[in-house]
Amino acid sequence: MATGRATNPKNLVKGATGDWEIIVGMEIHAQVSSQAKLFSGASTAFGGAPNSHVSLVDAAMPGMLPVINEECVRQAIRTGLGLNAKINLKSIFDRKNYFYPDLPQGYQISQYKNPIVGEGEIVVDVSPTEQITVGVERLHLEQDAGKSLHDQHPTMSLVDLNRSGVALMEIVSRPDLRSAEEARAYVTKLRTILRYLGTCDGDMEKGNLRADVNVSVRRPGEPLGTRCEIKNVNSIRFIGQAVDVEARRQIAILEDGGAIDQETRLYDPAKGETRSMRNKEEAHDYRYFPDPDLLPLEFDDAYVETLRRDLPELPDAKKQRFIAQYGVTPYDGAVLVGERASADFFEEVASGRDGKTAANWVINEFFGRLNKEGKDIDTSPISAAQIGAIIDLLGKQVISGKIAKDLFEIVWTEGGDPAAIVEKRGMTQVTDTGAIEKVIDAVLAANPDKVAEAKAKPTMIGWFVGQVMKSSGGKANPQAVNQLLKAKLGIE
Amino acid sequence: MSELITLTLAEARDGLKAKKFSARELAQAHVDAVEKARALNAYVLETPDHALKQASRSDERLARGEGGPLEGLPLGIKDLFATEGVRTTACSNILRDFIPPYESTVSSQLWRDGAVMLGKLNNDEFAMGSSNETSAFGPVASPWRRPGANTYVENGKIVGEPLVPGGSSGGSAAAVAAHLCLAATATDTGGSIRQPAAFTGTVGIKPTYGRCSRWGVVAFASSLDQAGPIGKTVRDAAIMLRSMAGHDPKDTTSADLPVPDYEAAVGRPVKGMRIGIPKEYRLDGLNPEIDALWEKGVAWLKDAGAEIVEISLPHTKYALPAYYIVAPAECSSNLARYDGVRYGLRVPGKDIVDMYEKTRAAGFGREVKRRVMIGAYVLSAGYYDAYYLRAQKVRTLIKRDFETVFDQGVHAILTPATPSASFGIGEKLKADPVEMYLNDVFTVTVNMAGLPGVAVPAGLDAQGLPLGLQLIGRPFDEETLFSLGAVIERSAGRFPVADRWWEG
Repeated sequence: MATGRATNPKNLVKGATGDWEIIVGMEIHAQVSSQAKLFSGASTAFGGAPNSHVSLVDAAMPGMLPVINEECVRQAIRTGLGLNAKINLKSIFDRKNYFYPDLPQGYQISQYKNPIVGEGEIVVDVSPTEQITVGVERLHLEQDAGKSLHDQHPTMSLVDLNRSGVALMEIVSRPDLRSAEEARAYVTKLRTILRYLGTCDGDMEKGNLRADVNVSVRRPGEPLGTRCEIKNVNSIRFIGQAVDVEARRQIAILEDGGAIDQETRLYDPAKGETRSMRNKEEAHDYRYFPDPDLLPLEFDDAYVETLRRDLPELPDAKKQRFIAQYGVTPYDGAVLVGERASADFFEEVASGRDGKTAANWVINEFFGRLNKEGKDIDTSPISAAQIGAIIDLLGKQVISGKIAKDLFEIVWTEGGDPAAIVEKRGMTQVTDTGAIEKVIDAVLAANPDKVAEAKAKPTMIGWFVGQVMKSSGGKANPQAVNQLLKAKLGIE
Repeated sequence: MSELITLTLAEARDGLKAKKFSARELAQAHVDAVEKARALNAYVLETPDHALKQASRSDERLARGEGGPLEGLPLGIKDLFATEGVRTTACSNILRDFIPPYESTVSSQLWRDGAVMLGKLNNDEFAMGSSNETSAFGPVASPWRRPGANTYVENGKIVGEPLVPGGSSGGSAAAVAAHLCLAATATDTGGSIRQPAAFTGTVGIKPTYGRCSRWGVVAFASSLDQAGPIGKTVRDAAIMLRSMAGHDPKDTTSADLPVPDYEAAVGRPVKGMRIGIPKEYRLDGLNPEIDALWEKGVAWLKDAGAEIVEISLPHTKYALPAYYIVAPAECSSNLARYDGVRYGLRVPGKDIVDMYEKTRAAGFGREVKRRVMIGAYVLSAGYYDAYYLRAQKVRTLIKRDFETVFDQGVHAILTPATPSASFGIGEKLKADPVEMYLNDVFTVTVNMAGLPGVAVPAGLDAQGLPLGLQLIGRPFDEETLFSLGAVIERSAGRFPVADRWWEG
């Protein structure tokens, strides 16, 4: 299918016989954040003992019937709204029939022809300065399967049904992505939106967000090539690697005059290759048909509007507001809204203060330190209020920039009220010109040769500023030092 | 106390209230009758201890002047209803030893109302059949015999030419007709309540789809399955339905509507009601006896003051073929859970696929396999549109046929219940399965449209076997069916089995 995106030369891959364009589309399986499963009251908690969160419905006992969990419906609609998508007021649950030990009913309840959410789009930040718009084809609700355990018994496989029946949202993108970088950025952005909405925690390690990545290659301007689906890639880094590796594999085949088989493949991060999953997989016929145990899922516009009204501010809108309200750069804005918690932290710091300064402190000092120490906002030893207090002391020129960094260090390791620490430890900036003059005089007297040099080369003043600051223990007001030095050295 | 078993449900209820006998005596009489009727094979599991214990508790409650609407009344439960701690098999080998840890909503409502369980009743395997011959526990013999035929019991076995009680609720119908319970639960997917009721001279009602909860009832075809009672009289069926019906949040297809006092509708005048006679039901080659019976029914209702109008249900002829696409399609999916992994029969295999195949090959009978295969076929890629989708379209048209007629002011529709009286065990088993399917020709349309339908005994054929008439009602208007059914019952009389030959 033709897509609206013009070819960006930066995305082209050089092959032996010319340029290739990579085409990527994705199916994301996002576990709905809900207490109970999609059609039963069993818990969705992660990490329970095997088969400890299994209701009669989940185990498909005879005569059991599914009952839709309204919270999952609400979350799917909210997600649809967050993806600027069409919400279908009537959707239908279908049965996808196949036999597998971890599929107790012998069918998965899914939505086939009439999903709850139709077309939408996501603005993806490929870099803080490059945005692309990626089409969303649909979002539908479906049941997760259980888990087969092959390493628990010498001759048998065991089955854990804790996940069986947990609600998933399958979010299908258009084939609008053109590189590994874009694929990574798409998942990153989608995950950010889901987390903002609170509809999926996006935890890929727990398998709560999984991606099936469809990759094909073509000569620029030509129709789409045959695609391969790389199943169940479970980290953003691996998604990028899988796209590159698979595209290279396909290009090599095509350049050798071969053809691509449409198939399902698996990415092996250890070997850095994709492998065919064709374990004699008989052509599956899923015999989809509407689930007669469930009525069509219907709700009205008023319900959707209520959910729309209560939607939180999403990252794109928040970024624009930060730029407008706090004067941050688009780059800093993108960094700050990456996580809802970071954005909230920034807003608390920036509130009633200079936005740019707040952004600098939050991004450079705070995020830098968190990264270095492997912490996040929840486990941070320093609060937004403390950082705000440091900025306030700096703004009122009570402390210098240098001291401010020292103060940040003290608060990070020891805690406490920044103003009290400054007071108690005598870290206050010296603005008393008399006191500064004394220090300057001493420095000048000790370095007559440098004084002569400075008169000839005025930029040498920097050296004197450094010496004076050092002698004052960093507490001298740098502007005052500068002015006084200029006067005493006779340079303008 | 064997005369206690010949009481109707209503009479037994009133007798208990009046302290003419105890619930324990009533239960014991039935337990004894059940034991003596094993040759009929109506029960696949007898629960006499359970029954007597429940009856004793009922006696305590009755002594205190308490007790529900079914207090102390012994019932039989079709083996499709899950009963907690009591084996429930759907009469299939694949569930031969299955003991559910839960109670179906319908049966739990019966116990809530004080009823007593005598045991589990035989049925066609997974309710697939019209003669009760597909049961893994073997066929049920009807308590009716052809008067001329030399049919009797020898060494606990029936010798001669036993008849089928119909199906799939053959055990329920036979047990009610043979006084082996006061009433029974049953289910109806294409006629499984009404056809056996008609074959045994009992009253069976399939309520509107959604009237009774399907939770805990082993599923055959989810969009068609509906539970209902089989009773000795119209009043008994009405009493039973009141307890069985009601909204269940665990079944989203169950209707959130109040349950009327159905018994109050029995005896209500039908004067001025418009009764439709569908011309499409006058099939070519329709048995003249059936036709004559139908005419009688018309006359009885007319005498009672009803207005008879000819109506047209033009898509009737497509109902049976469409039904035999929809029902197998749903069953092929519903029965996928019987895979040997979690419960029920497991036949080991060299790998998982081999285990599935061996388990299902050993666990399912021929008719179930046939329908699973038909169902898988009509849903498969390339055939879905031609079969399943078309059948669903036909279903919509059938529903519309009825809506049109009801919109024209028709209150109910009168038709024959079955194209013939009962037939011999084994008689149709060897024939083309389609011949068996034709038994449902008058009943499936009702399931396809989700409407209520009642079969009421109306006479005997030339061989002396019972025949029934069917009344089809508007959605959730079972009350009208009970009123009209009572008129037919009053006019035709009741048709109890002449003697208890099966006791040997």
